[in-house]
Amino acid sequence: MTRVTRRRFIQSSATAAGGLMLAFHVPAFGKAKPFDAATGGSEINAWILIDPDDTITIRVAQSEMGEGVMTSLPMIVADELEADFKNVRAEYADANRSVREGGVYNRMLTGGSSAVRHSRPYLQQAGAEARERLVKAAAERWNVAPAECYADYGKVYHRPTRRSINYGAVAADAAKVSVAGVKIKSPRDFDLIGLPTPRLDVPEKVDGSAVFGMDVRLPGMVYAAVVHCPVLSGTLRGFRFNAVRDKPGVIAAVRLERGVAIVAETFWQAKTAAEALPIEWDIGEDGRAFSDSMQRDFVAALDKEGALVDNQGKAAETMDLADKVIESQYVVPYLSHACMEPLNCTVQVSPGRIDVWAGVQDPLSALKAAAETAGVAPENVYVHNCFLGGGFGRRSHPDYVREAVQVAMEVGQPVQMIWTREEDSRQGQYRPMAAIRFKAGFDISKNLIAYTNHSVTHSILSGINPDAVKNGVDPTSVEGLSNMPYRVANKRITHTIKNTYLSAWFWRSVGSSQNAFALECFVDEMATAAGMDPLHFRKRYLADRPEMLNVLDQLAQKSGWGKRMAYGSAQGMAIHECFGTICAQVAEVTVTEKGGLTVDRIVSVVDCGNLVNPMTAEEQIESGIVFGLTAALYGKLTIENGRVLETNFDTYRMLTMAETPVIETHFALSGGDKWGGIGEPGTPPVAPAVCNALYRITGRRIRSLPIKDYYLSRA
Amino acid sequence: MIRLRINGQDHELDVDPATPLLWVLRDNLNLTGTKYGCGIGQCGACTVHLNGQPVRACSTPVSQASSFEVVTIEGLSKDRSHPVQQAWIAEDVPQCGYCQSGQIMAAVSLLKRNARPSDADIDAAMTNICRCGTYTRIRAAIHKAAAMMGDA
Repeated sequence: MTRVTRRRFIQSSATAAGGLMLAFHVPAFGKAKPFDAATGGSEINAWILIDPDDTITIRVAQSEMGEGVMTSLPMIVADELEADFKNVRAEYADANRSVREGGVYNRMLTGGSSAVRHSRPYLQQAGAEARERLVKAAAERWNVAPAECYADYGKVYHRPTRRSINYGAVAADAAKVSVAGVKIKSPRDFDLIGLPTPRLDVPEKVDGSAVFGMDVRLPGMVYAAVVHCPVLSGTLRGFRFNAVRDKPGVIAAVRLERGVAIVAETFWQAKTAAEALPIEWDIGEDGRAFSDSMQRDFVAALDKEGALVDNQGKAAETMDLADKVIESQYVVPYLSHACMEPLNCTVQVSPGRIDVWAGVQDPLSALKAAAETAGVAPENVYVHNCFLGGGFGRRSHPDYVREAVQVAMEVGQPVQMIWTREEDSRQGQYRPMAAIRFKAGFDISKNLIAYTNHSVTHSILSGINPDAVKNGVDPTSVEGLSNMPYRVANKRITHTIKNTYLSAWFWRSVGSSQNAFALECFVDEMATAAGMDPLHFRKRYLADRPEMLNVLDQLAQKSGWGKRMAYGSAQGMAIHECFGTICAQVAEVTVTEKGGLTVDRIVSVVDCGNLVNPMTAEEQIESGIVFGLTAALYGKLTIENGRVLETNFDTYRMLTMAETPVIETHFALSGGDKWGGIGEPGTPPVAPAVCNALYRITGRRIRSLPIKDYYLSRA
Repeated sequence: MIRLRINGQDHELDVDPATPLLWVLRDNLNLTGTKYGCGIGQCGACTVHLNGQPVRACSTPVSQASSFEVVTIEGLSKDRSHPVQQAWIAEDVPQCGYCQSGQIMAAVSLLKRNARPSDADIDAAMTNICRCGTYTRIRAAIHKAAAMMGDA
């Protein structure tokens, strides 16, 4: 019988770090062997550490939020290293070290489906250099020429004598030698890259031992619950701490700009006290905001002239001469990311030093935010990244890190700050609202001769990087519209930035999430106007895009495009290119007699050029589809009196197992130098593919999301 | 004092009886495998067993749990050897992994009630939310676990 009368629970293990006694888990992946520098492992370079027992630790500078970087990035290093992947484990690269050592880990942001695209060349280089050092060190030990030696499967061999030595035995020497002019492999020489490889982080994720930000436990740690102003732009006027001061476990209240944090011995105590705290807010004018009227304002702005994005030929004049003109406008709401793990951050403030534990998509921006908030030099801030319980863009914003540092500085004890699901949902950083209008002109033979498009979107970059907004256009807002792939001689694309008091942020697939919906639905409208099948229309106007044609042809074949469907069921299609990857999908959808909707099957064909791990790539397409389908069917934030109504899963509905279609994913890899992203491209085509199928069943176009707002009936 | 039997071990705790079992597991006992996702019993990330039945620990007062045998993800096996854990590994199910403790606990309980669940049985029993959308792999893993347990 164990008896725990106080909540103080101190973990048995402790490590000395910079004079601090801290007990915490560093997420370790793969081979279950906790990293400990005292084992005598040798660091070959900043990315690779080899222990005497041949365990290879590969550092990963990107964040594991489900996309599989803790497996795919080590695969890239291990392929060049000629390592036995069974001996490979992964751990996070240290952001503090990158700050101190001139950016040794390069970019640490995980976003824009860029982990492989951005880091592959320098990760290959790190692996190749380490391999050559191991070879050189072994050659020196044997007193033979390095050219007579080679590396394979975790060993260095001397060809003439057939001698071999394990990496672990030669690693200490390899750490001391230097090599120059090492070349990386070309794709035909890859052994590991391209091989379906089970994720290294899976074992820890089936027994509860994986450490997410919320699972960090420090000696003497207390918990903070925050209540923010229900209107995002509002501020705190005052609160009466005396009313809750004597509640069990309550330690302190911390005044924040937009709210107040209650600190207590357990999170439940903090949360219940925070909910009972009498607070006065300065709501401000935005307390009168409604999303319905915002949407009307966005649509009204479509009538005004926008900033020019692209202009070819004479779109306006040609439109006037057209035999037939169609025009449509589409609208999408704000959306939240709704990561499964609500945002949280744990901070320990010590004299001249800040330690931060959290799941973050950019440890460097989190480090900078913590340093600024605490007024400490970045060199003295340590960000211990954890597993991320979902990211989808949200965890690249360090607002929750800043707030936790603020609380910890006041409290003088390690603090874990957790935003409840409801608080998490209300803190902004939403997928932007947008209104998008298209016009297309056809000649008498139904050829597309003119195309115009104007979009009105809440800008993400105008808030964080105004310099990136050029001539009134935020490039993230027009992703997929500015580079519209269909060939038309006369086109004019314009854009208007329209911001509200809410804040906009990157959300899985960013601008493509709304723009692919609008564009690909309009492409089906154009096909109908031209009297063509949606597949044939696309192929005709994508004639100068051979990879897209190949993807469409394979999609038609894999999905059985055009096959006979039962009454009430239909196929719909969409194709979209983003983050360097083309993804096309066919959705098979059924509307029941009573107006119920089921999405039965989604077939994808993907061209990302090359693949590192086909297993995680397929998983990412499946994941992107469920994410996109959730948004298409249910996703909507309603604002009333400045307040977000959908703050938990009872109102912000998620797709469930029973609603998930059969998902089939195929790759049509074009190879070459193309290494497209994989985390996001599965999302954009879902909504238009489903809506295009619905049109064929109901005879009605869906021009706003979510679909749940429509009454569906068979035509 | 609240008495709890968790994963075969007895505990006596000085906590408010209204505290949800979830927070007692996480904050008082440091059993952090059980997750907080919504706090309103919607998402299932906090699923644990009370006498083998799946419950949402975020909406179960600790006082209610005291007369039952509580099993959390940490108590399923010592070495990931439970067939459901093995099937999860074989099917490479988890992505971010945050919901998976709850998914696994829900699946274990389903397989206890129904050794060979059909797809419809799985749809009805598995109401936990997975934001990464691992549903198709969860389904495959449940079928695999059922086969493994049937062979044993």
